[in-house]
Amino acid sequence: MEHTSLIERILRGIALTLVVIFFMFPILWIFMMSFQTNETILRIPPQLIFEPTLANYTALITGKLMTAAGTLDIAFMRNLWNSVFLSVTSVAVSLLLGVPAAYAFARHKFRGSEDIAFTLLSFKFAPALLVLLPLTLYFQKLGLANTYFGLIWVYQLICLPLILWIVRGYFEDIPADIEYAYRIGGHSWFATFRKIALPLAGPGIAAAGLLAFIFAWNNFVFALVLASADKQPVTVGALAFITSSGIQYGQISAAIVLSITPTLALALYAQRYLVEGLSLGAVKG
Amino acid sequence: MTAATTHRAGPSGFRISKRVLPYVLSLPALLVCIGILIPFLTSVVYSFQRYRLSQPWARQFNWGDNYISFFTDPKFWNTLKVSLLYAGTTVVLELLLGLAIALLLQKRSTLNNFISIMLLMPLMTAPALAALMWKLMTNPGFGVLSYLASLIGLHDFRWASSPSTALFTVVLVDIWVYTPFIMILLLAGLRSLPTQPFEAAALDGVPRSFVFFRITLPMLTPYILTATLFRLLDSIQQFDIIYAMTQGGPGDTLTVFQVEAYLNFFQSTNVGRSAALMIILWAITYFLSNIFIKNWLRLRERARGQA
Repeated sequence: MEHTSLIERILRGIALTLVVIFFMFPILWIFMMSFQTNETILRIPPQLIFEPTLANYTALITGKLMTAAGTLDIAFMRNLWNSVFLSVTSVAVSLLLGVPAAYAFARHKFRGSEDIAFTLLSFKFAPALLVLLPLTLYFQKLGLANTYFGLIWVYQLICLPLILWIVRGYFEDIPADIEYAYRIGGHSWFATFRKIALPLAGPGIAAAGLLAFIFAWNNFVFALVLASADKQPVTVGALAFITSSGIQYGQISAAIVLSITPTLALALYAQRYLVEGLSLGAVKG
Repeated sequence: MTAATTHRAGPSGFRISKRVLPYVLSLPALLVCIGILIPFLTSVVYSFQRYRLSQPWARQFNWGDNYISFFTDPKFWNTLKVSLLYAGTTVVLELLLGLAIALLLQKRSTLNNFISIMLLMPLMTAPALAALMWKLMTNPGFGVLSYLASLIGLHDFRWASSPSTALFTVVLVDIWVYTPFIMILLLAGLRSLPTQPFEAAALDGVPRSFVFFRITLPMLTPYILTATLFRLLDSIQQFDIIYAMTQGGPGDTLTVFQVEAYLNFFQSTNVGRSAALMIILWAITYFLSNIFIKNWLRLRERARGQA
């Protein structure tokens, strides 16, 4: 690598610049659109310099869009709240269910343990609609259609396999001897689990939780099929904007910015763990 | 390994509780998922039925009819063709691009690390919202990409709304979202390779193309396989991007498996056909995931060994 020629370094620089432009431009452009009025957005050629306005954000946050024809209600904050509530609760439930199971899979080889672990993993790879479509019919019969409870239950399909397999890896990394030493000291398995295993796997559990949150937040199809307007998260809600009349492109852009900011922020915060999480523990970052 | 020794070395007083304990710990997670296994079985049953939500009285078993009719159904062959084409194109292009970017960023430097973190942002964007972003950018009225296309002479380039370019457009969005996934996995793989073979090759003055094809690529293969299969499994089931962008249109240009099943279920209320489509997709993914899991496990063992 040391003896690279000048031409090669220039070519590398150009290639990297193109890569960065391709991947960053859409985010940057939508970000800029979110500060523009419809007039500047519709101007051709597109403007790089414009007078930024916060009107789009105010309209979304207050839920009232003032137009010449009157005021229009936008339920976007409701969508945002739904996203927060669904993702946080789903991850909490998943951690509660998944961490003990991960510990069992990591520490005890019991009959059928691998089969169960792989069955849970296979949920991640099965087509979502295979389960979702019949589930809509069941949910209607059970009264679970369009309820937070039903949605959070189904969201376990996203969060649980992820948490189970990542956390399992972290538990396996803890030398079993540390736990024996504590157990021989007369402590119960629960005390060992709580005082030794949990703190040692703590960062891994936190990372798995953050990743599960990102996946739950970004999910689209579950809520599209199972939730109606008042329970929909941002992914479904923002998409509905494009067909609803009266809402302007600036507001759609602002809604996108507000919807992707949480996951981008979390990803930057947890980037050290992303590689391991995305590969379900197969690749270390 | 550790668990086997656990059993013998563990304090004998805990034997009984020890046998039950793992089940107790994993049972809640399992119960939650069993509730979800039932609809899977229901899907299998539906797929053997003539079942339309609009004609519930006519519901009856027609056994393999849903599947047999696929053979003579041009819509089904279109679904299969588009799904395979979409999955194939996205995965190949993302692999090539991801590998190229990973190689560009291989050397650890502040700038390279910063760029690799920046490139994660598309991956963390919800695919449905990513499609919405590109929809705004390709709007014929004000879209910046439509404008840029017109600058290079493509005056009537209609992106996702024209049958001839719709596939290109959704593939482009998929590449935008998921190339960073392959890139980040391969980058981690590249950086974890042992340095000795490369030092030896440099010392012997081995040409760099030889180093790449004979040392780098073979050593990187497990990572490439895992990343590719991961993406392939995901891509053959793509729904979010395509549905958000065109709802399978224009016409039936982009009716991949999941989109077609969704439209069959909710628009033509043909539950039987929709379920049969999903079972076929499931069979494909089951086959792929078995290959995948073998590779993934091998890599996972290796990662655990590093720790």
